Amino acid sequence: MPPIQEPAERHTLSLLVDNEPGVLARIVGLFSGRGYNIDSLTVSEVSHDSRRSRITVVTTGAPMIIEQIKSQLDRLVPVHRVVDLTVIGKAVERELALIKVRGKGEIRQEALLIADSFRARTVDTTLESFVFEITGKPDKIDQFVSLLEPLGLVEVSRTGVAAIGRGPDAM
Amino acid sequence: MMREMTGAEMVMQALIDQGVEHMFGYPGGAVLPIYDAMFHQNQVRHVLVRHEQGAVHMAEGYARSSGKVGVVLVTSGPGATNAVTGLTDALLDSIPLVCITGQVPTHLIGTDAFQECDTVGITRPCTKHNYLVRDINDLARVLHEAFYVAQNGRPGPVVVDIPKDIQFARGMYVGPENIEHKTYKPRLKGDPEKIRQAVELLARAKRPVFYTGGGVINSGPEASRLLRELARLTGHPVTSTLMGLGAYPAADKQWLGMLGMHGTYEANMAMHDCDVMVCVGARFDDRITGRVDAFSPHSKKIHIDIDPSSINKNVKIDLPIIGDVKHVLEDMLTLWRAMKIEPDRRAIADWWVQIEKWRARKSLAFTASDRIIKPQQAIKALYDQVKDKDVYITTEVGQHQMWAAQHFHFEQPNRWMTSGGLGTMGYGLPAAIGVQVAHPGSLVIDIAGEASIQMCLQELSTALQFNLPVKIFVLNNEYMGMVRQWQDLLHGGRYSHSYSESLPDFVKLAEAYGAVGLRCANPADLDATIAEMINVDRPVLFDCLVDKTENVLPMIPSGKPHNEMIMPDHPEALDEAISEEGKMLV
Repeated sequence: MPPIQEPAERHTLSLLVDNEPGVLARIVGLFSGRGYNIDSLTVSEVSHDSRRSRITVVTTGAPMIIEQIKSQLDRLVPVHRVVDLTVIGKAVERELALIKVRGKGEIRQEALLIADSFRARTVDTTLESFVFEITGKPDKIDQFVSLLEPLGLVEVSRTGVAAIGRGPDAM
Repeated sequence: MMREMTGAEMVMQALIDQGVEHMFGYPGGAVLPIYDAMFHQNQVRHVLVRHEQGAVHMAEGYARSSGKVGVVLVTSGPGATNAVTGLTDALLDSIPLVCITGQVPTHLIGTDAFQECDTVGITRPCTKHNYLVRDINDLARVLHEAFYVAQNGRPGPVVVDIPKDIQFARGMYVGPENIEHKTYKPRLKGDPEKIRQAVELLARAKRPVFYTGGGVINSGPEASRLLRELARLTGHPVTSTLMGLGAYPAADKQWLGMLGMHGTYEANMAMHDCDVMVCVGARFDDRITGRVDAFSPHSKKIHIDIDPSSINKNVKIDLPIIGDVKHVLEDMLTLWRAMKIEPDRRAIADWWVQIEKWRARKSLAFTASDRIIKPQQAIKALYDQVKDKDVYITTEVGQHQMWAAQHFHFEQPNRWMTSGGLGTMGYGLPAAIGVQVAHPGSLVIDIAGEASIQMCLQELSTALQFNLPVKIFVLNNEYMGMVRQWQDLLHGGRYSHSYSESLPDFVKLAEAYGAVGLRCANPADLDATIAEMINVDRPVLFDCLVDKTENVLPMIPSGKPHNEMIMPDHPEALDEAISEEGKMLV
């Protein structure tokens, strides 16, 4: 009998972990093994001396599931801290995307105009293509991509969300 | 202490420094250097098993009956994969183990070398933590850290995978002094404010119940003592999960018996109707809760657990207390006394009147026969003969396990070893061997079924080799009884592959191993044959032929709440007990 369904929420979690082999597999395995969602995942070393990495996970689930995800992550031995950026207040969230568009003539003009209005940079140009670089909140990138769709969108590569809390304090 | 030695020597030195006296293992190419280092010492005794699954279950039995960390040593590839069932079992039942696995040399890792497998990959989801040691200078620290992680916080199995070249390499050994994990430091003391709120809730309770679990056993004998003290002081009833049996004495009048799917009527009704529930080291498993949205609908729930992820996992908790059971119970007792609490004696007395009414339903009743041995009767006869002895019980998984839990009664913790979470057939015999290694002078009995016992029967040879006089008490009904019971329940009695065909002659089989084989089919001979089993100072396999049609009752059918139990006086209700939705559940 499933418990009473509560509406799903989107949460951005920040994890500080030991940068040891297998730590990412441990976290991804926890999500897949227990049936949790990963909407976005980014990982990178943040302190070479102390061998720490920071992982940003965007996940969706009912409040009880989100709590469960946090405690399950927290009890992994190489995980130092788990912070729910969505709970502590509006965090700064950014994502970078590289977007390739192919086309000639008017379509090219149109693509450039849209890129300009989104403050995207052109990082590669040929006579029949552009690669744009854009940074922003995920929904801004979604919007940019959807506008380029009819203008010869070829492929998209996105980094996933990096996030950090506002104000002077560390996580 | 710092000394230069080989990796293999470090393994043995670390075990000695950790106070390990026994280990369970099986040699192979990738652990030969460790076996050679073992050959040169006399402090750690190695028990040679017949299958690596057996080694892990032995270490579990050893750990659960002694409170120490169980140690396993297996080779790479199949050695490691055979250990996986045992590791998963230990993870689900929170049993502290350190399992050392050999690995192909580092330069061959990833090449599909002979007997190579991705041990840390395979065991990642079935261990509390695991390590692959690629540098000799990490080895000693990792080994000590493994023992720290296995036994601190919620206990669990830890794997240390050691490539063969690391076993030969030389490096500096460091002792276990001051080795603890940099950041893994579980909280032991509960939040005082939460504890105060819990005591106040308990003081005002009119229909309270203590719902205790394996966490009380894991917290050590002192936790069981404190639980008894708190129960005595409050006068409140106590029930327990399968895992927690023995933490509270079954002979006590405040004891309700086990709760859950095959628990007693009084325990389940008390859970359903209580106004304050104190969950002590249990985890609201589906065998316990039945239908979650109808679980104990009117109670305030207090949950004491060392693992924060157990809180609110299945059931919404009103008052969580994160901490070790022993510490939290100690603080609750101190506070209860300091606050000079006078509970609502009248309400509690009324509650007991209600509980006694439920108890009077005699939910564990069965009709003994003089024609055929009823399985419950067999357990009862066994219990009557051994209850005053220094006895440890293990079980396999299935009907016999539930009958043992219902009809064998425990007064002390660490006396009952059963595979609760994973439900591993084949657990009981190796676990009994592990218990016997830890308690050579005690009576150790594996209560088994004829199907389960065949899953790890090869370990009988281990028992013989090491003079471990374990007793295997097989309730032989020629069925995988629990499967048969569920086919009765859900599939119209079509016994698809649940009957035991081509069974061996267990008496001859025991004799072939050099053990003693006994058989009994007549209720009149039961007591005498049990006496014979107990009095032999050698391993015994007792083939007890029992009623083939008996079902385990009472029962909460899957998908039903606690107050809709099927009782032994109306077993026919089983036929239409389970709804379409309930059929999905296990």
